[in-house]
Parts: sequence; structure tokens; C-alpha cells
Amino acid sequence: MSKLHITTTVNGDPAEFLCEADDSLLAALRGPLGLTGTKEGCGSGDCGACTVMLDGSMVCSCLVLAAEAQGRRVETVEGLAEGGALHPLQQRFLEHGALQCGFCTPGLLVAARALLERNPDPSEEEARYWLAGNLCRCTGYDKVIRAVLDAGRDLRQDHGEKVA
Amino acid sequence: MNPPEQSFRVVGTRPVRPDGADKVTGRALYGTDFALAGMLHGAVLRSPHAHARIRGIDASRALALPGVKAVVTGADFPEAASVAIAGESAANLRDIARNVMARDKALYEGHAVAAVAATSPAIARAALALIAVDYEVLPHATSIAAAIAPDAPLLHDDLFTPGLKPRPETPSNLALHVAIDTGDAAAALAGAAAVAGGHYTTQPVHQGYIEPHACVAQWNADGQAQIWASSQGAFMIRSLVAGALGLKQADIRVTPLEIGGGFGGKTTVYLEPVALQLARQAGRPVRLEMSRSEVFRATGPAPGAVIDIRLGADKDGMLVGAEMTFHYTAGAFPGAAAHPAALLALAGYKVPNRKITGWEVVCNLPSSAAYRAPGAPQVAFAVESCLDELALQLGIDPIELRLKNAVGPGDTGPMGLPHGQIGLIECLEAARAHPHYSAPLAPGETRGVAAGGWANYGGPSTAAVALAEDGSVLVTTGSPDIGGSRAAMAMMAAETLGVPYETVRVTIADTASIGFSFLTGGSRTTFATGHAVIAAANQVIATARARAAQIWGVAADTVAWRDGAAHGTAGDSAGKVLTLAEIAGKAANAGGPISAEVGVNPAGWLPGFGVHICDCALDAETGQVKVTRYTAIQDVGRAIHPAYVEGQLQGGAAQGIGWALNEAYVYGADGRMENPGFLDYRVPVASDLPMIDTVLVDKPNPDHPYGVKGVGETPIVPPLAAVANAVSRAAGRRQRHLPMSPEQVLLGGDA
Repeated sequence: MSKLHITTTVNGDPAEFLCEADDSLLAALRGPLGLTGTKEGCGSGDCGACTVMLDGSMVCSCLVLAAEAQGRRVETVEGLAEGGALHPLQQRFLEHGALQCGFCTPGLLVAARALLERNPDPSEEEARYWLAGNLCRCTGYDKVIRAVLDAGRDLRQDHGEKVA
Repeated sequence: MNPPEQSFRVVGTRPVRPDGADKVTGRALYGTDFALAGMLHGAVLRSPHAHARIRGIDASRALALPGVKAVVTGADFPEAASVAIAGESAANLRDIARNVMARDKALYEGHAVAAVAATSPAIARAALALIAVDYEVLPHATSIAAAIAPDAPLLHDDLFTPGLKPRPETPSNLALHVAIDTGDAAAALAGAAAVAGGHYTTQPVHQGYIEPHACVAQWNADGQAQIWASSQGAFMIRSLVAGALGLKQADIRVTPLEIGGGFGGKTTVYLEPVALQLARQAGRPVRLEMSRSEVFRATGPAPGAVIDIRLGADKDGMLVGAEMTFHYTAGAFPGAAAHPAALLALAGYKVPNRKITGWEVVCNLPSSAAYRAPGAPQVAFAVESCLDELALQLGIDPIELRLKNAVGPGDTGPMGLPHGQIGLIECLEAARAHPHYSAPLAPGETRGVAAGGWANYGGPSTAAVALAEDGSVLVTTGSPDIGGSRAAMAMMAAETLGVPYETVRVTIADTASIGFSFLTGGSRTTFATGHAVIAAANQVIATARARAAQIWGVAADTVAWRDGAAHGTAGDSAGKVLTLAEIAGKAANAGGPISAEVGVNPAGWLPGFGVHICDCALDAETGQVKVTRYTAIQDVGRAIHPAYVEGQLQGGAAQGIGWALNEAYVYGADGRMENPGFLDYRVPVASDLPMIDTVLVDKPNPDHPYGVKGVGETPIVPPLAAVANAVSRAAGRRQRHLPMSPEQVLLGGDA
């Protein structure tokens, strides 16, 4: 059987790739698209390391078929920084030391951005429940949560400045 | 050597790590991110049986599948020599070789029995289904009780319990015996005013790093090989692959990729020798990577334990005697950290009479591996629970009871030598003074405290420091960076040289590009590799001073070094200054480029001690336990980068909380693991935990230029009992069995 030809948008740019019918979106991102920032920790939707946005919804890319990206928008960690400037979440993760090994970090960053876009002023508890699907074994989450709450503050301030 | 009032420009600050931007943008290359042109994809066939004799393997149908380029089985591997391997957990090269690929017997469900390499992952997986293995299924034992029963199935017919005198006449599953017998414990306990004790159990738990094991191996026609892998030590891979396959170490070049967590679990090899054998047969590079299920079923958990203990005190709370017998599950092969467990079980306290007996038990579980302070958390759970019981029995505050008995500098350590500048007493005092300890508890909440420690380590390390022509600094080490150690290395180099942190860049080199370093483990890297970095930086300073002296025409010993520059003091040179950048700029034509590579094996590491305070809320109806407040206090010597040191305390505490409440390998009667995934093997998630407060107690190590003590492992030792002591008070029943699942808390436990 020949491969499927998929046309999609990745981090704002048009993209296309070939895949098998049973390939995951994660496999397509990491393979033909060459975007290895998205990680596989479990392949069963339990760890969140492969978190990406699909048409604005947060998904585990290991549980989405590659073919489902046809005609849709995919956003990954590689699209988080704008040009050479880090996203406030990336900056706060670095300042807080919110990563140790850094393997879960791409998924956490994508998930945290989705949270702050929906709720720019989350409580600690809201942040903890939103990120409960992203396992981190190194940090105990303390600095991750602090970085996310601080980045929310940065984004609110930026937004306030733009409105003013 | 260094007065405590020493002041620093860089040490103790919190700069962004040098590898930070790569790791928040997805650019950092981890185990599965590396690829080579023409690379094949491997897959491993694993035993579905917990214990089975392999009568034969027919791979002909797999080899006939288009796209399959190689199949290997145990028959393709040489028999490795029986050589003890230094590491955090004792191991033997022959066992490691048999663990990566079974020979005559499969010893656990998940034990590798064959592997294939093919042009795609799908073809490799399809080929596995075509390999016919003729198994003779044998009776199995996945628990300590089953493995030491009189009629237990024997895993190794050549295992005659080491440590037992005289040598046993028959083989058994008892893989090691250790004994410590000081004074007269039985008599002391008979005369004690209060005795606490009981039967404690813990289950095997996994390190739970989020990155599965992965590597790429390449074999050249001239016999030279390359391996790219994520691990805790590229030199460890080189040594074990060379030993397992009978190769020269210089013919194997190992390039470390970024490591996505290890916690001790990546201090040995699983895939690398197999990938290299496949690459050798196929004549093309091969990638092997594990699924999460393979990680659980085939890589090393920490040992499960059965512990019987009695601990006695006089009426004033002074400990008088202890008796402890413990069994640890080694899994398929010997090595379960019983030695450190026995030595560390009571290392924090002065107990004049002690009798400790430890056993390692081989059984049909994956071969256990190091996990953060290997061996210590299980016995500390029992000891610290008994201390809590004694405090309740005697009406003494739990921290006060520990303070009465805690060891300090000069007291005899576990190896019979006096302790150096350890900080357990300071940690207990800091815990007692912490607002958390005196904070009122909400209704339904209870509080537990526990202490714990780890011996730490030094070990051999090499580091190089080189100056670029513009005076910026390149530091090279062979120590994989698991949690921010590049930052610590850059900071120590910047501090020593007197230059800004931002001018220092750190590379973790491959095994052909830097001298030997022992693996990243034992909480040794900032201490020992840090020693090497500082020594190399000091050599660079010596050379830079000599160059300045040469330029000024004065003796080198008249040139002082401060603030990143040479300062003349003699004759015409007095008052003259040459910065590091100026000297570096002239270096090529004035004596040659400046660099230094130094190998060290520093003594003088010190144990680390910590005290944790845990508040819990127990739902009396469901048995669910929620940790509501947590504080980790630890003597860290001096923190080079405090944020990463705090992170070690927080991460270790979280892992310990998971060990206490959620985590366990669950095996069915068929000897198969029933929860090989993160859905059913539940590690703590963000919503399970509160913020984890930390207190870094500074008691600098006089044998390190910047006062460093290892910090990574100690934090997992106190939490098991800290949580259990809180839950015991809430449940009104001593919690002696982990994990404290709702069912266990409500229905189990001892009265």
C-alpha cells in the first residue's frame, strides 16, 4: 500500500509529509518533519511529553493519527519562541531552574501556554490541575508551577501595556 | 582550607544554565533524537515468561522478511568474564552481559531473548513475530517469600551465597549476606525502657525517568565502533560494551546525548551491546529504543524490601540497641545495595549495640538497578518509623528524640572512622526552628518528620579548561549533565578564574575527546568533577601568570592573580595589569595556546543528611492521603547554584512521596508485570503535590575549594517515613507497608 500524502500547517508554515495510515502525529513530527523537540515518554497518552496543539486544542500527539493533521494547524515547542526571542514561559522556566533533565519541558511549555491563553491569571491549584497530564520526574513541580504563574504575570503585563 | 567567611562573586548566584535555551526550544538532542544516514531500526524480542529455559530459537522466517538486515540471539554474544563492576550498586560484567541478552534461560518477563534490525520500525516489529523461541517454562518466584522458600525455583545453580561463612554447600537464591554486630543488641533491648519494632515491607519501585532508553550504534569494517546514547556515563558504556563484547576500549567511541532523567537507572547498559552486535552483523548503523512498557519490564527497579526491626531507648530517649534483619529483591541477578543499606541504616544515630543482618534475594523480577541513594530509603523507612513510635511512647518531641541521638563531627561513622563536618544536628535544629514545624494543623491534618542520609562519593574525573583567542573560556568534562551541572561547572570555573560566568561555555565530551570520568552518580559530580574543573582552571591561571611574567620580564611568582587578571608587583611591573583576554590574545605567539586537562580522584567527600517535615490530610472515608505541606531541609555544604540544589531536594522529595503513597510493581500469579505504564504505575503528578519548601543548611565541606557536598541522593531517604509518620498519626495505626494506598491505609497495616 502506498503512503498517505498529508498537507498541513506546522507552526504557521505550510508543510507536507508522507505517512502510513497507522503512524501517529508524533511519529510524523519527529520523523519526516524533523521536529524532534516533541518527545515520546510513553506512547499511551499518560506522560504529556508529546503535547502539541491541533487546531488550538491541546492533544497528546502520540494518540493522534498523522493523517488527522490533514488541513489542520499543528503547533509544537519549536514554534514557541518568536524569531530569536524566547516566550515568557521559556524565559521563566530558565530563570527558575524549572527544568533539570529537560525532557518533559517541551510538553510542559506547550501545555502551559494553552493554559495561559485560556486563563491568563490561574491560581496555583488551577495550574496544578491543568498540568496534571504532564509528568515531570525531576523537579517535584514546585519551580514549574512558579515559572508558569510568573509567566502569566508577564503576559498580563505585556497585554496591559499593549492595551494602554 | 577555606574559612567559612570566604566571599564569592559567582558561587551562590542563580544564572541561567548554559544548555538552557536548547532545552526550552526543543533543540537539545536526547537519546531518540539522534539519527545517521542509512540507519536501521532495531527491536527486541522479550520473554513472555518469568522463568523459562530457552531450548532453541529459530529466526529463519524473520531473516527471510524483506527489509530485515540482522537478527541476534544469545548465541551471538561471547561469554563475558566474571568481573566485579564498580557502580552505585554492585554488579558483575557477566551478569550485565546476560541481562542484555538471555543465554540458556530467561529470568523475568521482559528479559531480552533476540533482537532484529530492519529498514523500518514496522518491519522490525513484524520480524519479531516471526522468531520462534522454544521455551521450557519453569516455576517462578517474584517475591522474597517465594524465592527463599525451601522448594523455591533456583535462578542460578552456581550461586552460593557470598558473605556466608562457611560457604554453603548448596546453591540458593540468597545472593548476598551482610552482617554488622556491635555490642550486645539483645541484652540492650531486654533492658530498654521502650522498644519499637515490627515487620515492614516496601515494593520494587522504578526510577521513572521520562526518557526511555535509546542509542544508535555503528560498526566499521576496521573494527572501530561508535555509539551515541543517553546515559549517566559515556565511559561506563564504553567499559561495559567492551567487556561484554570482548573489544578494546579505544575501538569504541561513545558520544553522550542529552539525558532525559536517570536517577541511577541509567548507570548500566541495556541496549548498547545489542545495538552494536546488530550493527556489526548488518554493516549499517542501528537505532534501538525502548517503549515505556519495556522500560518497566526490562530495566532496573529499586529493590523491594522486607524488614524486621526492633529499636530500644532508655527512659530519657537515648537509643540503647537495635536489631534489624532485612531482605532486598535483587531481581534476576545479584546486586541490591544491601551493603550500603546495612551501613547506612543507623548511620545518623549513636546506637551502642546493634545487630544488622541483610540479605539480597534473586527472584524473577527485572534485575534491580541503582535508584537515588540505593538501598537507603527502605531501611530508613523502618528506622525512622521506629523513632516516631519511640517518641510517642516516651512523650518526647520527635525532633528532640533525634537530636539526643544524632551523630556529629568526630562521632564514629559507619566505616568505623570519625565523621567529618557533617550537618545532621544543624538540620534537626533548623527543622525544629522552622515555622512549618510549629504551624497549627488544620482539622484532619497530621504531621510527620523523618531524617535520612547518604554517604555520597568522590571518584575519578577529568576536566579540561582552554582559553579561546578572545579570552572566553571553554570547559570540557566527561560527566553527563542530568540536572544543571554544566551551570555548576561554568560557575566554579568563572569563580576560580575571576571572569564573568557568561564568558564560560561547557561541553560534555565524547570518550575520545577527554580523559576518563566515572559516571554521574553517587552525588559526586559537582564535588569530584568540580575539583577537576577548579584544578584545571588553576593550572590555566598558573600559565597565564607565567606569560604575564615573561612579557614583563619578571619572575612568575611576583605576578598576582585577581579579578581575572595578572597584576605585577615587582620592579617596573608593579601596578601593571594584563587581563585574561589580553594574555589569551597574545598566547599563540607567546608560548602557545593556553589550556589544561587535569584528572583527579579527590578524597574528602562528606555524607549528606536531611530532615523532612510532611503534613497530610487523610480522607477517613476513602483512605486517600493528600500531602498538604512539605518542607525539605538539608546540609548541602555550600550550594554552587542554589536553584538546582533546591530542585534536587524538591525532586527527591516528590519521588519519595510517590514511593510512600502510590508506586509499586504489581505482579500477577503468572509472574507478569500488570502495570507497565504510567497509567497504572502512578508517579506523582502536579495536582498531587503542594509546593515543596526547602532550607539549604550551609556547612561547607573543608575538603572542597567551594565547600561542596553531594546533594542529589539524600532527599529521597527521609520522605518514606516522613509521610508514613504523618499517616500513622492520622490513621491511628502504624503504617508499616508501602505504598500506603487507600486500601492499605483503611484495611491493612498492623494494629
